[in-house]
Amino acid sequence: MSRNNGNSKNALHGLWALTNRDLKKWYKNPIILMLGIIQPIIWMSLLGKAMNLGGMFTNFSPTLPSSIPLQLQEQIKAAMSDLSKQAMTQIFGTADYFSYMAVGMMSFVVMFTAMFSGMSMVFDRRLGFLNKVLSTPVARGSILMAKILSAVIRALVQATIVLGIAYVIGPLSVGPDFTVLNLLGVYAALFLISMGLSSIFILIAIRSTRQETQMAVVNLLNLPLMFASNALFPASLMPEWLQTITKINPVTYATDATRQLILYTVDMHQLAIDFLFLGAFAVVFSTIGIVLSWRYLSK
Amino acid sequence: MNGDAIVVEGLTKVFNKNLVAVDHVNFTVKGGEIFGFLGPNGAGKTTTINMLITILRPTEGSAVVCNHDITRDANGVRDCIGVVPQEYTADEDLTGIENVMLCADLYGIPRDESKKRAEELLKLVELTKFKDKQVATYSGGMRRRLELACGLINRPHVFFLDEPTLGLDVQTRAATWNYIKLLQKEFGMTIFMTTHYLEEADMLCDRVAIIDHGKIIVTGAPNDLKESLGGDIMTLSIQDGKEDVSDLIKKVPKVKEVKKQDGAYRIKVVDGEETAPTIIDAVRAEGHKVTRLSLTKPTLDEVYLEYTGRSIREEEESKEGFAAQRMAMRKARGARAMGGHP
Repeated sequence: MSRNNGNSKNALHGLWALTNRDLKKWYKNPIILMLGIIQPIIWMSLLGKAMNLGGMFTNFSPTLPSSIPLQLQEQIKAAMSDLSKQAMTQIFGTADYFSYMAVGMMSFVVMFTAMFSGMSMVFDRRLGFLNKVLSTPVARGSILMAKILSAVIRALVQATIVLGIAYVIGPLSVGPDFTVLNLLGVYAALFLISMGLSSIFILIAIRSTRQETQMAVVNLLNLPLMFASNALFPASLMPEWLQTITKINPVTYATDATRQLILYTVDMHQLAIDFLFLGAFAVVFSTIGIVLSWRYLSK
Repeated sequence: MNGDAIVVEGLTKVFNKNLVAVDHVNFTVKGGEIFGFLGPNGAGKTTTINMLITILRPTEGSAVVCNHDITRDANGVRDCIGVVPQEYTADEDLTGIENVMLCADLYGIPRDESKKRAEELLKLVELTKFKDKQVATYSGGMRRRLELACGLINRPHVFFLDEPTLGLDVQTRAATWNYIKLLQKEFGMTIFMTTHYLEEADMLCDRVAIIDHGKIIVTGAPNDLKESLGGDIMTLSIQDGKEDVSDLIKKVPKVKEVKKQDGAYRIKVVDGEETAPTIIDAVRAEGHKVTRLSLTKPTLDEVYLEYTGRSIREEEESKEGFAAQRMAMRKARGARAMGGHP
């Protein structure tokens, strides 16, 4: 046996091997994949269809005093229906709540995938796999980056499925100047948020050996991240203190960016702010992650 | 490999500022030998191995593995070592070959080369037939063999095995021993293994070090260690053993040493078979009745008992107090020690 290994190494050496392993574990496990798809379907059909906010006004038939002439009553009803559409459009940006929440759902699946990405780190540590990897010349940063990258790829695939499902069970009221370029923008926004969020959750897991702790953190954070954002309901209608939270919640920015790109007419200024925030969020937390992985992966 | 494969000087690991797991350990492993690290659970074996394979930073001291310093040139060490951890680390969701290929990728071995090596290694550990089956379907022995294949993918100079036969049945254990012997003979590999099975160390190792409470107590070839005991070991019990007859026994010729342990006398004696009747006569002459007598040729068990004052098996069984220390150690190590022990 020759001793010549002919190995080639760089800073990202081993990154794809480890990412690929996580992805394989994912797509080889059809149950997890199915659940990941079924969950947003349930949310969209239950919440999106059941909470027919637009219908609240259009299906509403007020009993008007009989003193008002019939003709006028009809006019009032028509005006009310028109007003409700205006109200919906002004507050939700679209007359159709299903479309509004379906796009929010994309942020939702991305968020969930990111949250559970820390779990696999805990398992790798528990099962000794992490130690084995640490005894190989894999760059320490790659170990963490692989976890982030596989979470990002999974998140984007799931978000695509959600968008597809929303289109099928729709109707999805796509914005007037929607192009393929917008779709690329959507992926960019979701890429950034999943990168930032999974960095945070993997960081929490980096020294943890108990999946219970990780579960508790996920449970603690998922509701505030979800509801203290504009993913399901517009922040503008929330009380002041809650609005402050939505303003630091990255889910808000990702959702706003995707809505603008899919449903609305794009407001370039607001979109730039969204991307700036998401970009900073992703860069800051993944950098912290890589720096800390050098420090904390081995004691 | 010529020269020393591992040189350890004053290696120390302190967890949480007060738990000394490994205490100024010194030893040298020569190139091409099988070196056994012996000791009960919690003695510091895994902590030592983890420092040598660069996943744990030493608190003090240094070690050089195949001419690379473990702290200053960790990547140099990682390149030339193979590791088979205590746990089953192969991924259950992947197939055997996928696992081996993953290991190859972690070392950055080019694809065409790694494919060839993976097939070769799977053949060596007799898993070729099962290579496309998910590891979840493998038996314990198959998984251990797969770990061996993974650990060998980079053709290591020094191969680390942490409790390689823990929890294996008799046949699989014997098969694993054969693989280890083969690696040494065919490839001249240096093998560093930890174990708490003394017969395993006796069978396999060219040299052993006995570690207890983080300190190396003795190092040497199993045969030398056994001979250093200076003869056979006789254990003698007498009825109503209140009176100490040690001095009486010591007067018998060829008796080298008498120790009273747990109510019985542990006698080191040359030519045990011939001396035994003389000892019995001497004890009887003073009116004591011999109730039990056993004579053993020294094994590593006796060596261990001699140097630590305890039997390794007793220690496994009496877990009070010791368990507490082990728990503390595991907590300090995090999950590093988890899941490995039956």
